[in-house]
Amino acid sequence: MAKIASFGAYIPLFRLSRQEMANAWGVPAVPGERAVANADEDSLTMAVAAGSDCLAGIDPSTIDGLYFATTTAPYDEKQCAGVIAAALDMRTDINTADFTGSLRAATTALRAAADAVDSGSAGSILVVAADCRLGEPESMWEQLLGDGAGAVLISKQGPATLRGFTSTAGEQVGVWRRSEDRYIRSFEAKAENRYGYVKSAVQVGKAVLDKESVAPGDLAKGVISAGDPRSQGTVAGNLGLDGGKLQDCLFLSVGNPGVPLVLMMLAGALEQAKAGDKLLVINNGDGADGFLVELTEDFTPAAGRKGLIGHLLQKRMLPNYTAYASFRKLMKRDEVVPRGSAVTYWRDTNIVLNFHGGRCTKCGAVLYPIPRVCEECATKDQIEEIKLAKTGSVYTFTLDHLEAGKYVSVPVPRLVLDLEGGGRVFLSMTDGDPQEVEIGMSAEIVFRCLHEASSFHNYYWKCRPVPEAAS
Amino acid sequence: MGSIKDKTAIMGVGCTKFGELWEKDAEDLIVEAAYEAMEDAGVTPDDIEATWVGNLYDFTGLSGSVAAEPLKLFGKPTTRVENFCASGMDAFRNACFAVASGVYDVVLACGVEKLLDVGGSGLPVDMGHPVMRGASAPAMFALLATRCFHEYGWTKEDLAHVAVKNHKNGALHPKAHFRRPITLEAAVNAPMIAWPLGRFDSCGMSDGAAALVITRPEIAKKSKHKDDYAVTKANALAMNSFLPMYRASFDWLGFPATQAAAKLAYEEAGIKSPADEIDLAEVHDCFTITEILNCQDLQFCERGEGAKFIREGHADVDGTIAVNPSGGLKCFGHPIGATGCRMLCEVTKQLQGRAEGAQVKNARLGLGHNLGGPGSVSSVTILGLPE
Repeated sequence: MAKIASFGAYIPLFRLSRQEMANAWGVPAVPGERAVANADEDSLTMAVAAGSDCLAGIDPSTIDGLYFATTTAPYDEKQCAGVIAAALDMRTDINTADFTGSLRAATTALRAAADAVDSGSAGSILVVAADCRLGEPESMWEQLLGDGAGAVLISKQGPATLRGFTSTAGEQVGVWRRSEDRYIRSFEAKAENRYGYVKSAVQVGKAVLDKESVAPGDLAKGVISAGDPRSQGTVAGNLGLDGGKLQDCLFLSVGNPGVPLVLMMLAGALEQAKAGDKLLVINNGDGADGFLVELTEDFTPAAGRKGLIGHLLQKRMLPNYTAYASFRKLMKRDEVVPRGSAVTYWRDTNIVLNFHGGRCTKCGAVLYPIPRVCEECATKDQIEEIKLAKTGSVYTFTLDHLEAGKYVSVPVPRLVLDLEGGGRVFLSMTDGDPQEVEIGMSAEIVFRCLHEASSFHNYYWKCRPVPEAAS
Repeated sequence: MGSIKDKTAIMGVGCTKFGELWEKDAEDLIVEAAYEAMEDAGVTPDDIEATWVGNLYDFTGLSGSVAAEPLKLFGKPTTRVENFCASGMDAFRNACFAVASGVYDVVLACGVEKLLDVGGSGLPVDMGHPVMRGASAPAMFALLATRCFHEYGWTKEDLAHVAVKNHKNGALHPKAHFRRPITLEAAVNAPMIAWPLGRFDSCGMSDGAAALVITRPEIAKKSKHKDDYAVTKANALAMNSFLPMYRASFDWLGFPATQAAAKLAYEEAGIKSPADEIDLAEVHDCFTITEILNCQDLQFCERGEGAKFIREGHADVDGTIAVNPSGGLKCFGHPIGATGCRMLCEVTKQLQGRAEGAQVKNARLGLGHNLGGPGSVSSVTILGLPE
């Protein structure tokens, strides 16, 4: 039976108080704050971050597949899972797939992964989900949504067993976006909740409990995805589940991230779960999915995994709505697009996406990018390909006011980094205050979108100061 | 290895006014510089047997036509030389080898750039790779300043001393881009371009052209400048990594390319103690930090002493070595392909005692230095008077 071997989450560093959004438009404020992806982030980069969190301490080459779930894929035509798998340095002889179109896509992917593992076609599959949805400016949706990502590793072995998969395919036009729409549209919320969300969630929840002969009182947690605590409470009430056992749906801290919500909540529940705990998971969107998670042993904490709590604790507040509008590119600006080459990008996949370097077998120098002739000892073609570390310290830096030929008032830090274990790279800094950069500062390397040259997403690596957890 | 020492001579030099020359194009500039050099040499276009032209931006694909077309040098060779900011001096180097070999008697080395036609806010940056690319030129050089501040305790004020000195010199030169002295305070407090480099730490974005007519000494002896032609004492060029920011052994405290080119040049010229023997140097101060490091890399002072060397006045026009008596790139301007040739025009006129700006007294030996890419290439040329 398929198990959960690991889990992970990602929340962008930046949050915006909903009051700031309300002030910008002169509309009523929803309580709390929402997460906002940086300008260089999208669903694909956030999926890489959550996948990386999930794989802390796990060799990516041991995994047989990657499923990516989202409604906001950066490509309509071109698979994202393959890019994510490369950035996570996974093997190429694996099964990759994008699951999209529905807010339920994360559990659709999770179930497909469990089926693959149960059938024996894969030993383990990493499921990552991310969304970066846009509410129309001035609308409540703008305040309610948030950006984030979640991940779960489905495997033959692991501390948590998955069982009782149940689905319902209730067609209802709840929330949607046509191909030509930028912002989400929705059915009348009250009616959608009553006839769509609550009805289908309760239906699958009951079916799972019946199928697995579990009484609501036996559950340690209800991981019930919901756009707000009130709807979640209604589902719990209908199922006879104690409201105190509900996993937080991140309404006040992140906002509704869409597809990844269920995996982020699951990560939050697994962080605190103990051997013997049973969790009821219900996910919703054009119908609903449900299943039971039972822990046969404790999850051992993985070094380097931040999980949901770690990501909730590390945050920076955006000063105002303008910052949000800038990050989400709500205002059209003239962009300078540099020269690009899909051919070069493809040929250099191992250095660009896999972030591999070289080590000279003659003199031991760690080299990046990988040269034919060693730049230290000039030996030809004696370079072995190696993985480079994703952390380093600043050797020197500048705060550059010239970005793509334009003068920018907030400078972009450019950092020369000495990587742990060798190798030196030159990366732009993101997610940080330029004034805090100093020689010796620790930085972590993160996957971001650099630019759109040659009309494709030129993903690469940037770095950011290792965020400190807020107390 | 052979030597160029005393084998080639400069017959004549020409240089345009440097600056934001909106109303002139590359044709105007190269015609003005080349005709001034030919007039100075007492030759005509027909006497020019071959031409080398330094030019970097923009990447037009104009090739040898950059010089051959405006000067109508048809029926004979012209070669465009592109070697980052050393393009002009490398054009001169190749021209020297051509006359030294005896294949040609009289050749033209020139350089031209119309930077303002490409854009006014910094050099275009394109390293050819979609995602692994360098940053702006100020940012690349700022990486050295940051590390030097950390290692040597230098400050913004140390950088400002370079700007103040070069503006003082440039203000005296009628062909310089900027002709206004500045205060230390103004330099320190100027708007930031790439921390810690501000506006007065950066050279100007300038248009301009410069040209030299080159021959062998036996011909120069019978020419217009028969009594005061300059001779080549050394002509060295060295490359280093184009990707220093990826190189763990690069210390960001100086430029190995300059150190290597200087060593080659001093050996070629037979110079044992550069600080004592050289009277003036036009060095590549694209940024203030670069001039400080050049003084160290060219062995004018010890490593770590560059800021002190300049602060104490050793680089002043009446100091130990007059560094950038023209005002340098900082003040004279830096039209990339023209700069190397412009420096050698300046050094020649200093040696001849006819400097247009501040004249260095009793100048007998002068040095020109280019650095580019940002540390990919360095060129060091030493000129002197005939024995």
